[in-house]
Amino acid sequence: MSDETNSGPVLTADGRSLKKSLQRALRREKLRALMLIAPLLLFVLVTFIAPIGDMLFRSVENRIVSETLPRTVIALQDWEYESGEAPGEAVFAALAEDLREAVKAKTHTRLGTRLNYELSGMSSLFRQVGRKLRRMDPDKPWREQFLKVNKKWGDPEVWGVIQTYSSPLTAGYFLNAVDLRLTPRGVEQRPENERVYIMLFKRTILLSGLITFMTFLLGYPIAYLLSNLRMKTANILMILVLLPFWTSLLVRTSAWKVLLQQQGVINDVLVWLGLIADDQRLELINNATGTVIAMTHILLPFMILPLYSVMKTIPPSYVRAAKSLGARPFTAFRRVYFPQSIPGIGAGAILVFILAIGYYITPALVGGRSGTFISNRIAYHISVSLNWGLGAALGALLLVLVLALYALYDKIVGIDNVKLG
Amino acid sequence: MKLTTTLMATSALIASSLAAGAEDMTLVSWGGAYQASQQKAYAEPYMAMHPDVNIIWDESSAEAVAKLRAMAEAGNTTWDVVDVVAADALRLCDEGLAMPIDPDTQLAPAPDGTPASEDFGDLLVSECFIPQIVYSTTFGYRTDMVGDKAPESVCAIFDTETWPGKRSLEKRPIGNMEWALICDGVADEDVYDVLATEEGQARAFAKLDTIKDNVIWWTAGADTPQLLADGEVVMGSTYNGRLFKLIVEDKQPVAMLWDAQMFDLDGWIIPANLSDERKARALDFVYFATDTQRLADQAKYISYGPARKSSAPLVGKHAELGIDMAPHMPTDPANAKHTFLFNYDFWADYRDDLDAKFQAWVSK
Repeated sequence: MSDETNSGPVLTADGRSLKKSLQRALRREKLRALMLIAPLLLFVLVTFIAPIGDMLFRSVENRIVSETLPRTVIALQDWEYESGEAPGEAVFAALAEDLREAVKAKTHTRLGTRLNYELSGMSSLFRQVGRKLRRMDPDKPWREQFLKVNKKWGDPEVWGVIQTYSSPLTAGYFLNAVDLRLTPRGVEQRPENERVYIMLFKRTILLSGLITFMTFLLGYPIAYLLSNLRMKTANILMILVLLPFWTSLLVRTSAWKVLLQQQGVINDVLVWLGLIADDQRLELINNATGTVIAMTHILLPFMILPLYSVMKTIPPSYVRAAKSLGARPFTAFRRVYFPQSIPGIGAGAILVFILAIGYYITPALVGGRSGTFISNRIAYHISVSLNWGLGAALGALLLVLVLALYALYDKIVGIDNVKLG
Repeated sequence: MKLTTTLMATSALIASSLAAGAEDMTLVSWGGAYQASQQKAYAEPYMAMHPDVNIIWDESSAEAVAKLRAMAEAGNTTWDVVDVVAADALRLCDEGLAMPIDPDTQLAPAPDGTPASEDFGDLLVSECFIPQIVYSTTFGYRTDMVGDKAPESVCAIFDTETWPGKRSLEKRPIGNMEWALICDGVADEDVYDVLATEEGQARAFAKLDTIKDNVIWWTAGADTPQLLADGEVVMGSTYNGRLFKLIVEDKQPVAMLWDAQMFDLDGWIIPANLSDERKARALDFVYFATDTQRLADQAKYISYGPARKSSAPLVGKHAELGIDMAPHMPTDPANAKHTFLFNYDFWADYRDDLDAKFQAWVSK
């Protein structure tokens, strides 16, 4: 080792610096790890994150007005809603020009549908003028001709809505989702008889909480039993827990209809036993009660399974030790066993609550008036009313709500205290 | 023997896969008895005439509008002909998702040469809509639960003293608001004018308030027949074809209450932006499937009235039960003494607004 006299960096056999070589090896390692998860990452990105991002963007996107009526939007900048009068000839001329192009591209009706969300009657206003536009005379004043087609074109409300919603991004959908609305006069509360979403959000959280609590009440003893039986018996019972899990959701929900309706099995038995009179049959379905019963049943396995896997790991010797030290059975359970099962309760509660909050098939089938959730409204706006912007805003709020509750939960229980097994 | 069956099966498989490879055409409908009637009256004879066309069914009509919009945004429309209710056709047309049709050049004239536009008449409610059937939303009641007073007027739904018990109504404003106003004394022809005002809407809700606790709200067409069969409700609204099946085929103690039945239309649309080849095939099918004879044929299988005037005299007997179909049609003069025409333009305008109010009302 006599030639190791110069104090330069340590070199590897091929003459590179050891530090660099190490870095390279590590980078290669990291790259390989990334390559391994790349398929899943890409899959999640393409099928999950991108569509959700796209859907969330719809809740503020509003280019349709400025793209369909570019000239009108500019001409309207000089008009003020407070003037209480419809704008002048210049705006009408711009509108006629815009509409001529829109009718050719058949986009005027789509704009009508969009603006109809904000003001009833816009839909037919645009459809009607689209039909009549060809027969209008470009040499005569436009304003008069539009007013002849429908006198609503002279209503400042109509122009106010176009002006208010002319920006490419809008908070209108989010305001709608919390029972407010964006009008030419500013943000105001919706009329009393149209407020529905706040109430539905509250109801969804309240009923989901109740369902979570019910699954805990019913699931805890079962999980306890399962984890303390001999393996063979426990496995058979486990199949009973999982069996409904493998049955179609619709079948299970329909079965509840047969059981719970007023002429159903449960009411029939109660009448037969003489517990209730024939004309006093209980209303167990088509209301909140029905939703809670059916959903507790459907979500029960999601509470039992995490509880069971946690309870399996609690050594029975701890409870025995507590008892031998003089604790009564209840005290031993309360102070020794129960605290150790809390991570399972946490995991089960989070699972059930988050699943419940987004459920919509069961509430739609058995919820009636008082047992439907916010997700039923989201489904309605996505598939029936086609107001995707409002659906997206409601969905975004629901997502924020879940995340907020999750954060709150983390603060109180601590997410490290959650165990799935 | 075994060899021959295997050979036959294989050749059939090859033939069908060849046919599938050649020309697939996807028809979208509602499933159930209705789709079966279309299958028998339109699709089977059409495929017999065109062995190179293979018809595939998709039971997605209930979500057709949302799905067509999603397909158009993705730039890949996989449907060729779609069965929708008229209100949906109107919206698809407004959204530019359905193709406009010229009835006189693209649809068959009546056998006597009357152009299609006249034969369909007022039922051509949108330029994209090809009418097929007239159906109605109407009431059925349990004959054994109404005592000796059979209800004769639609207002029986609001009379819980004479006919106690639950009623089932559809969980949406359309239909219910109109019936509420009619039973509150508004003349039929004024209903939509009244409903366009705040006071009129409040009036309809006030009328519905009187039975709010006695209503089971339905969302699927099969709900009311089931509720009636179980004796859960004394009367309820649904599509007349569903009640026909309940009464005639299932022989339940239920009778029709045709008063103030709400006429509505169902028909075909062709999605916009199909390739020329697919468009030509879809048009060819629709030309065949909506001619006078085909529409009359469909009435052999289901009690919905054909949309063409020229088809009415050709309506015969039920294909399996052998009963005369005419008295079960919503358009039969005996049933159509008091009918109500659904106003598409009104609902296109007021649907969002009234729906918000209705949902707020129903949830409280």
